[in-house]
Amino acid sequence: MTQTDPSTGASTGRVVVVAGGLSHERDVSLRSGRRVADAMRGAGLDVEQLDADSTLLPRLAEDPPSCVVPMLHGETGEDGAIREVLELLDLPYVGARPTACRSAFDKPTAKALVEAAGVHTPPSVCLPHETFRELGAAAVMSALTDRLGLPLMVKPARSGSALGCSVVRSPADLPHAMVDAFAYGALALAERFVVGTEVAVGVVDTGDGPRALSPVSIHPDGGVYDYTARYTAGSTEFQVPATLPQDQAAECARVALLVHETLGLRDVSRSDLIVDDEGTVWFLEANVAPGFTETSTVPLAVQADGLELGALCAELVDVAVRRGPARA
Amino acid sequence: MDHTPAPTGRTRLDSYVDRYAARTAGMTASEIRALFSVASRPEVVSLAGGMPNISGLPLDVVGGAIADLISDAGPTALQYGSGQGTPELREQICEVMALEGISAHPDDVVVTVGSQQAVDLVTRIFCDPGDVVICEAPSYVGALGVFKAFECEVVHAEMDEHGLRPDALRAAIASLCEAGRRIKFLYTIPNFHNPAGVTLSAERRPEILEICREADVLILEDNPYGLLGFDQAPMRALRADEAEGVIYLGSFSKTFAPGFRVGWALAPHAVREKLVLAQESATLCPPSFSQMAVSSYLREHDWQGQVKQFREMYRERRDAMVDALEDLMPPGCSWTVPSGGFYVWLTVPPGVDTKAMLPRAVTARVAYVPGTAFFADGFGSSAMRLSFCYPTPERIREGVRRLAGVLEEEMELRATFGATGTHEALTRSRYDGPGSDQA
Repeated sequence: MTQTDPSTGASTGRVVVVAGGLSHERDVSLRSGRRVADAMRGAGLDVEQLDADSTLLPRLAEDPPSCVVPMLHGETGEDGAIREVLELLDLPYVGARPTACRSAFDKPTAKALVEAAGVHTPPSVCLPHETFRELGAAAVMSALTDRLGLPLMVKPARSGSALGCSVVRSPADLPHAMVDAFAYGALALAERFVVGTEVAVGVVDTGDGPRALSPVSIHPDGGVYDYTARYTAGSTEFQVPATLPQDQAAECARVALLVHETLGLRDVSRSDLIVDDEGTVWFLEANVAPGFTETSTVPLAVQADGLELGALCAELVDVAVRRGPARA
Repeated sequence: MDHTPAPTGRTRLDSYVDRYAARTAGMTASEIRALFSVASRPEVVSLAGGMPNISGLPLDVVGGAIADLISDAGPTALQYGSGQGTPELREQICEVMALEGISAHPDDVVVTVGSQQAVDLVTRIFCDPGDVVICEAPSYVGALGVFKAFECEVVHAEMDEHGLRPDALRAAIASLCEAGRRIKFLYTIPNFHNPAGVTLSAERRPEILEICREADVLILEDNPYGLLGFDQAPMRALRADEAEGVIYLGSFSKTFAPGFRVGWALAPHAVREKLVLAQESATLCPPSFSQMAVSSYLREHDWQGQVKQFREMYRERRDAMVDALEDLMPPGCSWTVPSGGFYVWLTVPPGVDTKAMLPRAVTARVAYVPGTAFFADGFGSSAMRLSFCYPTPERIREGVRRLAGVLEEEMELRATFGATGTHEALTRSRYDGPGSDQA
């Protein structure tokens, strides 16, 4: 079935939303995928949602869609791998290209690139388990807290949804936090904890250049925006537009756009930021496949800006179809 | 169309956030529950799920019986029925219970939507918020969920390889009585315990009954696995020797098929009356169709022969798991060797937190249920439940091989960082157990 968008005149055939996969964020991905697929169906598109498993490529090859929307979170989805494969298959897709994904998904790399572009990011150290084992965990942790101070945010270097993240307020909590982070990956990032207002800013580009959505400020009941606070409706208060002075809100938008461009992101992204008490905007991480669940911030900002989620996704698909496949 | 209401300024994305009952406080998203979503993928060897393996059921026979049921008795099977359950099935249930020494009258049986609903109904009619229920340590995650929903306080009593320890039960009762607490009942799974895998020894059974009789503590005997013993005839039920002080729960989920959702409670007359009223309030009646299908199966099919086949299949899987554990587990681990049922309880070396380790296991494509799911008080972090009922023996061995590798990595990590304690304080108020297909 082929749809024609009356506003653009473009023809959009079947769209495949890929969601699920085997990452720790499978459940979140399935929810994001379902919401995006439903929204696009509501906008009149012919949408099929598929899991990322061994049946995916044969199905894509047998009946190539006009566009793929990767809604996989975590590894494979956000480290560029699935997009690499889509390029091998000559399939247009929504979102950043593999190299940009790799830079954005790896938090230390993203922080270094963004910092080089003039954006504040909390000082951090990224280390593998082996370093602690070989040099002695106590000595390394002591050096780490001496340099970065306390409190710290400890998280896996390559993961999302706040999985494996802990706030460390005393040296005694650090070993536990490191173990929790290493449960999700080989590298752990310890980052100076910035006290302030957590803000998420989505960026979309529907063909006329990237534009920032309204910043969303995040106020979790427990004070920490962890997995439970993210995915339990009601446990976090969101304010959109964010409760920030106008200049700070504008700075958040500017930073998110700069991150989008600096990391070479495409179509859609989300930057997670913190605005401290002095009004400084700090970059924490970027997301190449931001969540679209019922409690995610990008859909919230989309609606607050008077956009319709399905129509916006349809526009992003339209852009990807017009762009055509990229060769790996 | 995306029908989520457009937010204006300040939102919690839940219009009812200030209206929920206080008991929903622990009903939150959990990383651990999210990980079970990955466990459902075929690449993962799931030693987590407690799904009965019904691959051996003669589906043609079941299908024929259901077709006959609809053609011969459709208007009854598809209609509302009695809140207590059909008379025929209640008679058959009495015959099933006779295999465990129980002499009962069909009038005292209430058919329920799985024995899970029986736990719910019993708790509903006995427990006010704050009332105490004594459970084994560990205990069935689904029952703990019910007790939490009714705002009961769960007090655990220790077990060993012979099941619930009489001295631990005595001590728990004494301590509670001394504190002036009201004990509503002892919830116990005497046979092939879920999750511990142990069985209450024949020698201890009279003692447990006597302790409860003396202290006037009602016993809720949950026995879904009683006919699935590998090496012996069914154990004599507690209810067989105590009619007034025991409510007995049974189920066809493991001996036939869980999809019918048919279980039952056998209760003293006065309790039974209340259970029927509670059942009518909850569901009007258990499903007529399911009850009649189960009756037809019991009547027309060699169901005991089928149970014997199930036992042999599960025994082979138990052997595969125990052999693999012996061959592959690192030093410092210990486990129970069940003589029936579905589960092995694995205790890991000190310092390893099985809940914190689960993401690493999922990355290695193996899943289990962390021990904390089976305690109401946050304990259990040094143990896990392994289920052998569903995967093939080859997959079980592969799963244990993967798990052993994960454990070795985790032990190395713990050696690097030292004992780090557990998240007990964080897990006390939250349900971190598996979903209904895993319980």
